[in-house]
Amino acid sequence: MFKIFLSIIKRDFKLSYRQGNTNLNIIVFFFLSISLFPLGVGPENELLSKIGPGIVWVSALFSSVLSLDKIFQADYEDGSLEIINLSVIPLEFFVLAKALSYWLTTGLLLVILSPIFGLILSMSSKGILYLTITMLLGTPTLILIGTIGASLAVSLKRGSLLISLLILPLYIPVLIFGVSAIDASINNVSAKPQLLLLGSLLCFSIVLSPIASAAGLRINME
Amino acid sequence: MKKLHKLANPGKFYRLSEKILPWSNLLAISLCGLGLYLGLFVAPPDYQQGETVRIIYVHVPAATLASLVYAIMAITSAISFIWKNPLGSFIAKAAAPIGAAFTIIAIITGALWGKPTWGTWWIWDARLTSVLILFFLYLGYIGVWQIFEDQNKAAKAAAIIALVGAINLPIIKFSVDWWNTLHQGASIIRLDGPSIHSDILIPLIFMWLGFISYLISVLIIRIQSEITLQKIRAIQIMISEQK
Repeated sequence: MFKIFLSIIKRDFKLSYRQGNTNLNIIVFFFLSISLFPLGVGPENELLSKIGPGIVWVSALFSSVLSLDKIFQADYEDGSLEIINLSVIPLEFFVLAKALSYWLTTGLLLVILSPIFGLILSMSSKGILYLTITMLLGTPTLILIGTIGASLAVSLKRGSLLISLLILPLYIPVLIFGVSAIDASINNVSAKPQLLLLGSLLCFSIVLSPIASAAGLRINME
Repeated sequence: MKKLHKLANPGKFYRLSEKILPWSNLLAISLCGLGLYLGLFVAPPDYQQGETVRIIYVHVPAATLASLVYAIMAITSAISFIWKNPLGSFIAKAAAPIGAAFTIIAIITGALWGKPTWGTWWIWDARLTSVLILFFLYLGYIGVWQIFEDQNKAAKAAAIIALVGAINLPIIKFSVDWWNTLHQGASIIRLDGPSIHSDILIPLIFMWLGFISYLISVLIIRIQSEITLQKIRAIQIMISEQK
């Protein structure tokens, strides 16, 4: 079982490495949307450092929503999803493997790059540290929740708008706790409760969202 | 259980609902009328809030029903998803726009009430935000029904979304306890009894029951039209197959 799990991840790694483009586009989009904010609200450092956490987080939400609609698309179209559905590995495991490999190829990059965005937005060093920690805890949750919407819309031609409508409301708790953890750390208050809540959201979504996504994929394969 | 199965037959439900509908109509009109009369003319104004307290008679029933309708939607979705029962998905589909309407009424009356009492139309506190999320969840649910051409697929996809979104319901309920919100905590259903004076509470209960009867009426009408629509579709398919 675990071998198949690993081989799915390996395959996705190879695919994303050889295509390259899409993952890079997500990073560029993330970068671009962050750099639009200083142009929109004005480049005062004081203001930017105050709203910086929110900017990075909202951009992370948007870039994950925009890219996620393709996560099952290729597997659905070339029929490998049906093969996996017939194989010994449960669809839930497949979803988990897809989410993990997707996070390793995109989410992790966002996490690694987030200190740079913190610097650009002139956040304090403590704020940058907590920005990175919350992104590390939060981006997997975003992807896992996003698989639910992606699985439902996999057979639809114009599904991406529907996905954002379905998924963005569910992202709000992650956004709230992510940003408030950073705010707490900047204001020298313990950010532990928010980080614990982010961690619990991650645990919840690891358990529950593969079940919902697998059900969604099965609907579309009938 | 057998009786439930009988009820879950759309045809049976249709005939039963025909009998309920005139009564729920009557109850909705009379209870809301009585509640509005008591609330607007008999009940005294609040010593702090003055006349604006009367918004409570619309705001509280609408807000509670906004959550209640989502709960109904989630439960009937689960029933339709697990037992592959068409009636459950009809009920959920019929309930969604009603719930969305109650939610928007609760938000608007809340804004109108917030301006004179809190001094602001809107504030991003936990209760208000979670109710706004509820509104978006309703919209997403309605969107799922519209975007799938195959109605069977739509029913299942919508059921999953309704169940996933149900996680918001406890957040709405307990948002006033978990966070320090401007919105007040629970004041009617409490362990130590309601903290609202009976002069206000009694018309509120009338209004609430009136809203429930109204919900039942509209729900029945919408489910009936949904059942009829499915019948028309089936007949159309039959005709096209005969050709």
